[in-house]
Amino acid sequence: MTLWEVDIHPVEGQPDLLGRSVAAEAADLGLDNFVVQAARGFLVQGEISSSQIHRLSRELLADLIVECPVVGQVGERLLAESALANASLIHVLPKPGVTDPVAASTRAAIRDFEIPAEAVVTLRKYWVSGLSAEQINLLATKLLANDSIEQVVIGPLTMERIHLGSPYEFELSTVPIRNLSGDELLALSKARTLSLTLPELETIQRHFRELVREPTDIELETIAQTWSEHCSHKTLTGRVTYTDENGTRHFGNLLKETIFAATQKIRQDLGSDDWCVSVFRDNAGVVRFDDTHHVAFKVETHNRPSAIEPYGGANTGVGGVIRDTLGTGLGAKPICNTDVFCFAPPDTPASELPPGVLHPRRVMRGVVSGVRDYGNRMGIPTVNGAIYFDPRYVGNPLVFCGDVGLIPHDKAFKETKPGDLIVAIGGRTGRDGIHGATFSSAELTHESEKVSGGAVQIGNAIAEKMVLDVLLAARDEGLYTAVTDCGAGGFSSAVGEMGAEIGAEVWLERAPLKYEGLSYTEIWISEAQGRMVVSVPEAKWPRLEALCRGENVEAVVIGRFVPTGKLLLQYHGTTVGQLDMHFLHEGRPKVQRQATYKPSTENPKSEIRNPKLDPSAVLLGILGSLNVASKEWVIRQYDHEVQGGSVIKPLVGVANDGPSDAAVLRPVLSSRRGLAIACGMNPRYGDWDTYHMAACAIDEAVRNCVAVGADPARIAILDNFCWGYTDRPETLGALVRAALACYDLAVALGTPFISGKDSLNNEFSYVADGERRTIQIPHTLLISALGQVPDVGRCVTMDFKSAGNLIYQVGWTKNELSGSHLELVGCLSGSEMHRDAARGGEKVHGATLMHPTSVPQVDAAVAKRTFTALHTAMSAGLVRACHDPSEGGLAVAVAEMAFAGGWGAKIRLADTPRDGSVDPREADLDTVLLFAESASRFVVEVMPANRSAFEHLLQTHEVPHAHVGEVAVHGRVQFVASAGGLLIDLPIEQLKEAWQKPLRW
Amino acid sequence: MQPRVLILRAPGTNCDRETAFAFETAGARAATVHLNRLLEKPSLAADYQILCIPGGFSYGDDICAGRIFGNQMRHHLRDTLHQFKNAGKLILGICNGFQILIKSGVLLPDRADEPIATLTLNDSGKFEDRWVHLRVASPKCVFLAGIERMYLPVAHAEGKFVARDTTTLAKLDQEGQLVLRYAVGEVQSSTFKVQSSDPTLNLEPGTWNSVPYPACPNGAQLAVAGLCDETGRVFGLMPHPERHIDPTQHPHWTREQPTRGDGVALFENAVRFFA
Repeated sequence: MTLWEVDIHPVEGQPDLLGRSVAAEAADLGLDNFVVQAARGFLVQGEISSSQIHRLSRELLADLIVECPVVGQVGERLLAESALANASLIHVLPKPGVTDPVAASTRAAIRDFEIPAEAVVTLRKYWVSGLSAEQINLLATKLLANDSIEQVVIGPLTMERIHLGSPYEFELSTVPIRNLSGDELLALSKARTLSLTLPELETIQRHFRELVREPTDIELETIAQTWSEHCSHKTLTGRVTYTDENGTRHFGNLLKETIFAATQKIRQDLGSDDWCVSVFRDNAGVVRFDDTHHVAFKVETHNRPSAIEPYGGANTGVGGVIRDTLGTGLGAKPICNTDVFCFAPPDTPASELPPGVLHPRRVMRGVVSGVRDYGNRMGIPTVNGAIYFDPRYVGNPLVFCGDVGLIPHDKAFKETKPGDLIVAIGGRTGRDGIHGATFSSAELTHESEKVSGGAVQIGNAIAEKMVLDVLLAARDEGLYTAVTDCGAGGFSSAVGEMGAEIGAEVWLERAPLKYEGLSYTEIWISEAQGRMVVSVPEAKWPRLEALCRGENVEAVVIGRFVPTGKLLLQYHGTTVGQLDMHFLHEGRPKVQRQATYKPSTENPKSEIRNPKLDPSAVLLGILGSLNVASKEWVIRQYDHEVQGGSVIKPLVGVANDGPSDAAVLRPVLSSRRGLAIACGMNPRYGDWDTYHMAACAIDEAVRNCVAVGADPARIAILDNFCWGYTDRPETLGALVRAALACYDLAVALGTPFISGKDSLNNEFSYVADGERRTIQIPHTLLISALGQVPDVGRCVTMDFKSAGNLIYQVGWTKNELSGSHLELVGCLSGSEMHRDAARGGEKVHGATLMHPTSVPQVDAAVAKRTFTALHTAMSAGLVRACHDPSEGGLAVAVAEMAFAGGWGAKIRLADTPRDGSVDPREADLDTVLLFAESASRFVVEVMPANRSAFEHLLQTHEVPHAHVGEVAVHGRVQFVASAGGLLIDLPIEQLKEAWQKPLRW
Repeated sequence: MQPRVLILRAPGTNCDRETAFAFETAGARAATVHLNRLLEKPSLAADYQILCIPGGFSYGDDICAGRIFGNQMRHHLRDTLHQFKNAGKLILGICNGFQILIKSGVLLPDRADEPIATLTLNDSGKFEDRWVHLRVASPKCVFLAGIERMYLPVAHAEGKFVARDTTTLAKLDQEGQLVLRYAVGEVQSSTFKVQSSDPTLNLEPGTWNSVPYPACPNGAQLAVAGLCDETGRVFGLMPHPERHIDPTQHPHWTREQPTRGDGVALFENAVRFFA
């Protein structure tokens, strides 16, 4: 038995890309003036001769044109040598048990050489010169390695063997709870990371007193996981008493009475035209697409894991939501992804970070890479997204991952049958992500980075792609009756859910393991990635097994669904757990919460300090603010065209770099029918009033879809609430108020919610100067929209097409500057508290407004008419370009359309449509017209020949609109002041540069 | 004759469906076959006229892109592919398929421990999806007959073409095998001429590429985007012709209203070869 190490170095003349990126990113830690060289490496253990390992190094591990291998036994001196003088050597290896997909592939590839490799581990090596021991430690722990999954070895490697796990010795473990006091119960819950509340613990205690026995550890874990906030959404489905300025309301089930209720009402109103298929019941929502297919859509959050290990967290977030779609009905084929992130500003100085958090730049790089690698490898285009920056996300970055799937009409529903076998397909089970479900329901603290490592899973996209391939083939052959994914809670959640109405027995020792040593409980709750569970009629099992084997996918029978109403867990014939399904799924005491809300709009409308304002500086400042600035650095790293159906890409225009409102794709290559995917979010409005924040987010998501050509009568939406600690009445109240807006807007627009997911308790606590401090995230509601386009040939992009065309503003501008980006870049006093978020853009000094203003509010009736009219105009071919003014209002929208199209524009502010809230006598009139973020508006380009047809159409629908300017050949964006004279006159190159510069990494 | 296309997929292949669709649009009959089936029964290949390895991340690009699949071909399918080629048939590798054709020695016959050329990590160090202008630099390749230029997307992390040494590079260039190059802006057809030798060859190592980023998205030597074997019947390219079949795939289709995708002609050439 030999333990070989093969290091792979770049050959002379080739760049050391790994070393280069370390040097660049170390600047975030305040480390510069040092030299670093890097290499990749492999540890290979087995009865392998020197000539064999040399052959492997040349024919498999190194690409000899650009790389050269260095081979030795671990510890040999040549492995530590470097051309760098006085260099320290740092090794980074995965911790034992952490999933290492490259090592697994390498081991299989070595087998193809008929060389017996027993184990493989990948590693990275860095030679560093010019840093002190302390700095090396900082570099290693904060940048080179992530402590939650990796270990650092400074100096030569001395290990003798690769750790392959130790045998497990079975011992049934019971947890005495029947005689514990309340405090003792809570202490137990905390010690075991169960995240259960006292009423829940007491309910469990009562249950086992009635059974006259103590629970086993696996029973307790199963209950905790099933009852977790993550899996059961107990707060939002709980009882809430809500009080605001309109009085008090009681909800028996908050979600059911707001968001679900809106969908029910819409479906009733539609009657036989109802196009919803399966809503709020399966892993994803399903709506009708065409005569043969439905579409499924789900957006998940993966916040906690991404805070601890951004790459792995985002990676598995994408993997998880893909499995949600794949586990919907009898399995939908994933056709595109959407990813939205919230971070603290990436230029936050390291010294200003609270203890225990990763630097936001590192979080952002890691999350983007994680999403990129998973989506790209799965062959699913990432077509839509957004990134939102606010300092309050510093301890709780948010990662929303969405996936759309296509499913044949006859595969939209599933039904597990008694007698079906429980079959696990895909990845093996390891210790990955133990307690993910309960952990994600708890508040993060500065200790989380240290204690929660087990909750981080590592994804293996190719393993999941292999599962996807066989599962869809098995679906089409009708080999199973139901499918679900192993997400949070692992087998426990999947089997518990599928067998809830029947009963199940599970033979835990049958689950294939990555390594020895897992206890029966760990097998049951592991969140190892890439696994699906299907229920298979016995007669179909041989065919399914053969199909899986034919593509090297592991499929194993781990139990059977039996009509007992019980969940029976066995390990080598011994019963380790037996729970009543009814108690498990219905036994949780209902959560009872108080909620109150007091909108800021009652009092503080933004105030005004300084009447001097340079509108050009404001425009450049908003274009360069992080939320608005180009995200091209991110978008280009995503494959947004795989599967061949791309119609409207995320970047559009003459140079392929303008910001599209939404993506459009054709999921069926032989058809002209399309899907539009968009989102809306505006946490800043939530600082004023969460009702209007939610209403605006819905309006924005819908109008983004409409802007590219989607039919407003066929748009489905999803909600993702990410909120702070909802035990606090005012925090929960802010959420209830947003949910009320969700009901009102969805019903008014006829836009049903079809699925959703919440993530609560997003607060970060730490101790500074002996005091406990807490950062609550802004109230964050993401609305994702799935639109349908009857004929993609009628789609419209946002770039101006041709000089001489007419520019219209559709919809009213109102006196709505609260929460705006004008406020953010530092012009209104209301922005004091979150002014930091403006970093990245040029700070603009001097405030403007002379009188009060409010947060944008949606007039749903006008919105609906506007969307319908605009879609009719697009269907008639009357629209050449269309863009929605959102952050930065009309000024930003026009600037973006101009530089995306490579044309100038001249806009007369005097002609812009506005309602009575805009006072024509005020000195700041033009500021409102330029920068107000009023909802339900579009900027539209129309050819002169279509002028009367377009205007007539809008008039017929009673939609406010006005011809406000023309596309110009001169390449400058000009706004003429209401009183005459050029207020803004900037070349499009300068506008584009301001917009591209901040995030051009 | 309507040619039959074998679209070969492996764990991680993900452009198989749209590639089959592109071939069918061009008039071929396409079947997608898992690598395991071909390994079990290599004689399957005899039923097809065209072998295509589509894009994706075979085996996750683990170790390096195309390596594991390429080695499987070296170890188990060498004779099968040799026969396929000698029978006058066509082999196409797109993106990851190109990486596999190079690493397997099918495109440039070599010894496993003495490779002739490679496709390695982009100079940018990361995966990028962007549209590129391409010019056809020699008349040698069957798939590019009559094509002067194309506008296609690339989507890869490891697409930088590097040859073993200058001599090898010069030889490949002189033989006309470096058929497809990244180009700056739109190449006007009036200025198009077939070039068998590239003047940039005289540049110093490291400056072999006169086409700047991002027009050349990866830093490839001589801005090579695709190359063919000595017969012109085996061809690999990094850009994705199957992603430009429908006019609405063109990023500017709402501006210019093109009538058909630039990639169609490449697949039609393959079909026409058997007419």
